[in-house]
Amino acid sequence: MTADGTTWVIRGARPLGGEPADITVADGAITGIGPGAAAPSGAQVLDASGLIALPGLVDLHTHLREPGREDAETIETGTLAAALGGFTAVHAMANTDPVADTAGVTEQIWRLGRAAGRCDVQPVGAVTAGLAGSRLAELGAMAESAARVRVFSDDGHCVSDAVLMRRALEYVKAFDGVIAQHAQEPTLTEGAQMNEGVASGRLGLAGWPAVAEEAVIARDCLLAAHVDSALHICHVSTAGSVEIIRWAKSKGWRVTAEVTPHHLLLTDDLVATYDPVYKVNPPLRTATDVAALREALADGTIDCVATDHAPHPVEDKETEWAVAAHGMTGLETALRVVQEAMVDTGLLGWPEVADRMSARPAVIGRLAGQGRPLAPGEPANLVLYNPATREVVDPATHASRSRNSPFAGMTLPGQVMATFLRGRPTVLDGKPA
Amino acid sequence: MNRHLISAADLTKQDALLILDTAEELALVADRPIKKLPTLRGRTVVNLFFEDSTRTRISFEAAAKRLSADVINFAVKGSSVAKGESLKDTALTLEAMGADAVVVRHSASGAPHRLSNWLRGSVINAGDGAHEHPTQALLDAFTIRRRFGRGSGEALDGLRVTIVGDVLHSRVARSNIWLLHLLGAEVALVAPPTLLPVAIGDWPCSVSYDLDAALPKSDVVMMLRIQQERMNAAYFPSVREYSRRYGLDTARLRQLPEDAIVMHPGPMNRGVEIAAEVADSPRSTIVEQVANGVSVRMAVLYLLLGGLEVAE
Repeated sequence: MTADGTTWVIRGARPLGGEPADITVADGAITGIGPGAAAPSGAQVLDASGLIALPGLVDLHTHLREPGREDAETIETGTLAAALGGFTAVHAMANTDPVADTAGVTEQIWRLGRAAGRCDVQPVGAVTAGLAGSRLAELGAMAESAARVRVFSDDGHCVSDAVLMRRALEYVKAFDGVIAQHAQEPTLTEGAQMNEGVASGRLGLAGWPAVAEEAVIARDCLLAAHVDSALHICHVSTAGSVEIIRWAKSKGWRVTAEVTPHHLLLTDDLVATYDPVYKVNPPLRTATDVAALREALADGTIDCVATDHAPHPVEDKETEWAVAAHGMTGLETALRVVQEAMVDTGLLGWPEVADRMSARPAVIGRLAGQGRPLAPGEPANLVLYNPATREVVDPATHASRSRNSPFAGMTLPGQVMATFLRGRPTVLDGKPA
Repeated sequence: MNRHLISAADLTKQDALLILDTAEELALVADRPIKKLPTLRGRTVVNLFFEDSTRTRISFEAAAKRLSADVINFAVKGSSVAKGESLKDTALTLEAMGADAVVVRHSASGAPHRLSNWLRGSVINAGDGAHEHPTQALLDAFTIRRRFGRGSGEALDGLRVTIVGDVLHSRVARSNIWLLHLLGAEVALVAPPTLLPVAIGDWPCSVSYDLDAALPKSDVVMMLRIQQERMNAAYFPSVREYSRRYGLDTARLRQLPEDAIVMHPGPMNRGVEIAAEVADSPRSTIVEQVANGVSVRMAVLYLLLGGLEVAE
């Protein structure tokens, strides 16, 4: 976990897409950025000409599946996938088996992450015991554990009980916590299979209406304001949600939000294939929603991109649509999708990509030492990315144990060439280091 | 024509007319003393039913047998939700048995679509969730065409068809909307707003909430079944209120034009969406629909399988 003492000189990389510079890394930190750095004897020199240097990416929303569903993903494979996607920190969601609702389970996940060593694994704690939505988990114990939990979420389930949500928001103020809400009014989405709209009507699949997300977001923004606490909204998927969040932010309330790569690129007409690789919760929405989400990420209404990487074994997806598991893998394609949806469309520059995929999520996740600027003295968490290549996505080549990428077969730009975690390469030449 | 019949929307007008015309010819077999043709001798048709539907299964079974196919009935109790063999493994089993056609009924929309990825034989959708039931639409079109005295080669141009009831959950409605429109009919939907999809989008039909206003303009009224599970789920206040507003009773029957017909895909809830007197009236085509179902399914099997070489 600590630096291995090697000095690196990264030649010709473009920090945040700017002018080429040499980046020197020693003892886990960036020691210099500028033209023509001298390589001290024994230093490793990496030719990074043409590559963009970004701060190591931070994911606020990852399902690593361990403990419990090691057939879908392990902390070892999930963090390798993360490193290959350019991430140096991921937040491991709490819906494992057993649920990460105690200090013990969160510490176990945290330790397994340290042992894997590919990227920092920050456990997210459950809001309610067993994700059952009836009483608070021991939030304080998780906060004080070695795992230092600050983000709490019942993700996969909505904390739908209003008073429980209020109490959770209030309670975590004692240790600067944040409640990350999976916004889904359960009574409006019973049996829901896909976005409710033109496509669901045509396909005869039960609809998941946008209002089921928007109503909970509106309520929770008001609750967060009332108790002056921090609310984070997971995987925002509708144009209406964007409007509500924009309004809440205009009031100065402590509300942040994330959007997934798949909601920035894919739409619900893909469901016409009935291929459950497109089944996800919240569901893929319409082109209008995609446009609103992109605009919101560009103007900062949505703070960050989070993958909601949700690996599933083949047999949980190779089924009828209605019985298939929800979720998509995303760690290894996130930056490429963001380039396709946001950068190549002119909506974001690379400095803003660094903000939305590294700096902002690190602040929201209360992660010191991640999401820092590329500057001397800062931890050497960085990713070198080639934006000039385009390749077809082939999940068979992914390090994730699962293959359920909705981008399979699509041509996407970019490739992560190297990732450094505190000065130590986790990925070199596009492969595990 | 496609190798599979999964959605009525996949048919061209030419395909649809070919099926109806072929069904007219095959219907003649039913009048012979020996109701059997040798066309599909040596071919295997599997009826794969994940949902109970005796009437649809025996209709397909009779159709396949009249064409001399070998028929295997494969009923899977409960859906795969109940964690039995997966749909894919079932498909691989049928493939290994050499099924030339698989007729599938499933509670999950899209299940036949999924099956078609795993089978070399033809997949015929016998009803999937709330998605489609294309042979029902074909037999309905066949019935309408006959009742209005139109013959082979003719479509349904100018006829006004009103579909009444639970469109939201109805595979029969979905298939009929596309097929009847394709054949030139004007389709109108009448339902309480709770039983219509929130976005109809590009559906080629009109929509209203008022049955009494629609009836005088209808040549055909197609009543949809109200499923038991809708009756207690707040789609409407009570069965009686539904029946008063959207049921076809004798008073409403009188509002229809003189030669209009009444259809129902069955099974009926007498006294709910349709009054017993209406179901049994001469305008009702309900029994004919059943007979026509066999002819139309014979035509579909004949056209999907008949042209293929046995050695393939």
